[in-house]
Amino acid sequence: MLTFVVCGSFWLEIVLKIQVLRRVKRLFMSIIPVVIPFLIWDAYAVRNGHWKFDPDQILGIYGPFDIPLEEFLFFLIVPIASVMTIEGVRTVKKHWPVGDEKQ
Amino acid sequence: MIYTDIALGGVIVAVFFDLYGAKTALLTKSVFWASYAIILPFQLITNWWLTSRNIVMYDPEAIVGRRICSAPVEDLLFGFALVLSVMSLWVYWGRKGYGAKK
Repeated sequence: MLTFVVCGSFWLEIVLKIQVLRRVKRLFMSIIPVVIPFLIWDAYAVRNGHWKFDPDQILGIYGPFDIPLEEFLFFLIVPIASVMTIEGVRTVKKHWPVGDEKQ
Repeated sequence: MIYTDIALGGVIVAVFFDLYGAKTALLTKSVFWASYAIILPFQLITNWWLTSRNIVMYDPEAIVGRRICSAPVEDLLFGFALVLSVMSLWVYWGRKGYGAKK
């Protein structure tokens, strides 16, 4: 599933030259503060059994708070894909304002 | 329906952050909705994959019970909150002068 998301979005980096991966600092500054509360939520939900993962269909590597490795990767890859999408749209639709244009 | 409550809370926080926190107002911009329109079908595909194969399983007590493409509707709220928050913060930092395109 994660491979699918990577394949679906990362080509934009090359074809549309969106330079998202080259802007690592801004990317991580955008991801980390958002993802931390989501991971706390995930840990809370797993602990209380709101959702669970089939142990036979995940790698079985667990990080802090019994969150599977795949969840951490999800919260890295999906935000990157989101930023790539909006940057891709910006590249194709140059007249649409995003809000961070230079004056 | 605890998942429902937290997911709704997440959407509310994300909306407030976009409109009043970061003041990026992506919710009023075509670029956001076009991006979300691209992301949504992909989310439905991955949701379907993860839930129809029981890779992720939900406690029926935690959700409303209505499902779209085999996944709880709450997943769409969760996804919307995640995507909007990250994009809003990305634009916020861009406006502050971080990571301009070379």
